[in-house]
Amino acid sequence: MKNAKLLVTLLYILFLMLPIYWLLNMSFKTTNEILGTFSLWPMNFTLDNYIKIFTDPTWYNGYLNSITYVVINTVISVTVALPAAYAFSRYRFLGDKHLFFWLLTNRMAPPAVFALPFFQLYSATGLFDTHIAVALAHCLFNIPLAVWILEGFMSGVPKELDETAYLDGYSFWRFFVKIFIPTIAAGIGVAAFFCFMYSWVELLLAKTLTSVAAKPIAATMTRTASTAGYELGLLAAAGALTIIPGAFVIYFVRNYIAKGFALGRV
Amino acid sequence: MAIELKNVTRQVGADTHIYETNLSFDKGGFNVLLGTTLSGKTTLLRLMAGLERPSSGEVWFDGKDVTGVPVQRRGVSMVYQQFINYPNFTVFDNIASPLRVAGISHGQISQRVEKISELLKLTPLLERLPSELSGGQQQRTALARALVKNAPLVLLDEPLANLDYKLREELRDELPRLFMDTGATVVYATSEPLEALMLGGYTATLHQGRVTQYGPTPTIYRKPNNLLSARVFSAPPINTATIQKEGGTFRLTDSATWPAPDALRQLKNGPYTIGIRPHHISVESHAAGAVSINGIVQIAEISGSESIIHFHIEDNSWISECRGIHPYKVGESARLYLDVSRCFYFNPDGELIAHPGAADG
Repeated sequence: MKNAKLLVTLLYILFLMLPIYWLLNMSFKTTNEILGTFSLWPMNFTLDNYIKIFTDPTWYNGYLNSITYVVINTVISVTVALPAAYAFSRYRFLGDKHLFFWLLTNRMAPPAVFALPFFQLYSATGLFDTHIAVALAHCLFNIPLAVWILEGFMSGVPKELDETAYLDGYSFWRFFVKIFIPTIAAGIGVAAFFCFMYSWVELLLAKTLTSVAAKPIAATMTRTASTAGYELGLLAAAGALTIIPGAFVIYFVRNYIAKGFALGRV
Repeated sequence: MAIELKNVTRQVGADTHIYETNLSFDKGGFNVLLGTTLSGKTTLLRLMAGLERPSSGEVWFDGKDVTGVPVQRRGVSMVYQQFINYPNFTVFDNIASPLRVAGISHGQISQRVEKISELLKLTPLLERLPSELSGGQQQRTALARALVKNAPLVLLDEPLANLDYKLREELRDELPRLFMDTGATVVYATSEPLEALMLGGYTATLHQGRVTQYGPTPTIYRKPNNLLSARVFSAPPINTATIQKEGGTFRLTDSATWPAPDALRQLKNGPYTIGIRPHHISVESHAAGAVSINGIVQIAEISGSESIIHFHIEDNSWISECRGIHPYKVGESARLYLDVSRCFYFNPDGELIAHPGAADG
């Protein structure tokens, strides 16, 4: 019985890890080996693919571009969502529940719906192919998400805490910055993580709104063929590197995310 | 007068939380707001604090109208039933926070915090975070923060309700002493009559958003002006029943009658209401002139050396709290003795017309 449990677990992990292993496996091979033979591990181990990415600006600029707009987006989304979530969690106003739900519905339409209007809008305002364009476009679904997550965490803080602070003489902003934000730090971490993640993995809008100057790594990566023919090893190495930032961020917020799940908001 | 509510009402939507209320508390006094849940205790406290604005009427403090003054400038301390502390501050910083906001010098802050934490036995815990404290310690921290700023008005909203029994007794003894020395006016909301009696001072009894009576605590217990105050100020609940006055006698049931006391001889014949506290109904006849009644036992609970017997007498369900262990079975018929000399008499409008002598406890 115990062995069976172990076996099932191992099979499950194997199943999950297989594509990632295959990606790593490929990234250390030459394109010829990938196309020519079937091997479970690299026969001619090579780091050329990685070296190429770190030295060729068309590749590493993709990473820089992606990180730039993702960070801008995360900062904007969380900053804007904090006061909004506070309002939803603390005040009752006409149509508050409808507004809160409407925010969420922004996540229900596929990004493709917005690709055309955004493209036209950003071209007309001269924002096309800038980092801020992608960062703003991603706010469309990241701000509602951040509001939703933060509202959950904020509602877990009794409003008596706010009142105690006012009774102690704190002004609203002093209370908000000095007491309230540290109190919901876990929620801010979770919200920032999800904004980061969705912005990092989103491809369609990022690709539509950029051409050269702000081209994201995912766009670079998905061009399967280049002038040099198939470069599968290179693409695999780029893919492996793309996983790293997400894994890195999730490591830091792993405990908070559990808390978020407990609140039913993640 | 430290704090005065003048014709204050509070409505939220279609609900009236507080009906027109006039209350004034003396400076430096200890006042208890006594009422069941939803009686409006918390709302009254919040109106006094300025956390809620009255729908009509005025709140006066120290001879000034403070109705529209923001909370920050009121000089009020409040302690809640839940343990509210700033989770990211240590105990020291929690206690110091009102002083820091007020811009008091560092040296003075640590001096005052030390003095207060000594008083509330928090000295060894000053470096901890609230989440690392027990419930009692957390509430002590909240009390310390309320005390340290020497606010002229301190509002306590059932501060001991979430503590376990032993801690509650301990803090209940300390509380009036702690606040006595500061000269602050204290308003203490509670739902427990016993707590009100132990705290002393003055009590306002509340029922569904109305103040039914205000006066010195023991007086209200001994001489509730009306049926509502008597009900609020009794635990277990006071027993009530409609009786008939026929000539010189009162009749509860056909077999339970007693001669009217001298003071009530002249009353018109007709229906009246009596109130009798559970500990004046016993299974043994102690008092001379006790009236015997037959009750059907519903539940008999034994708490150490006392028995609490819930029983039906005709349509009334009554409670007797008597000494000794009396293990009645459910549905059993029991003979109980009513000490009618300890009865409160109310007229059909619920107003007190006679109460037991001052010797009553």
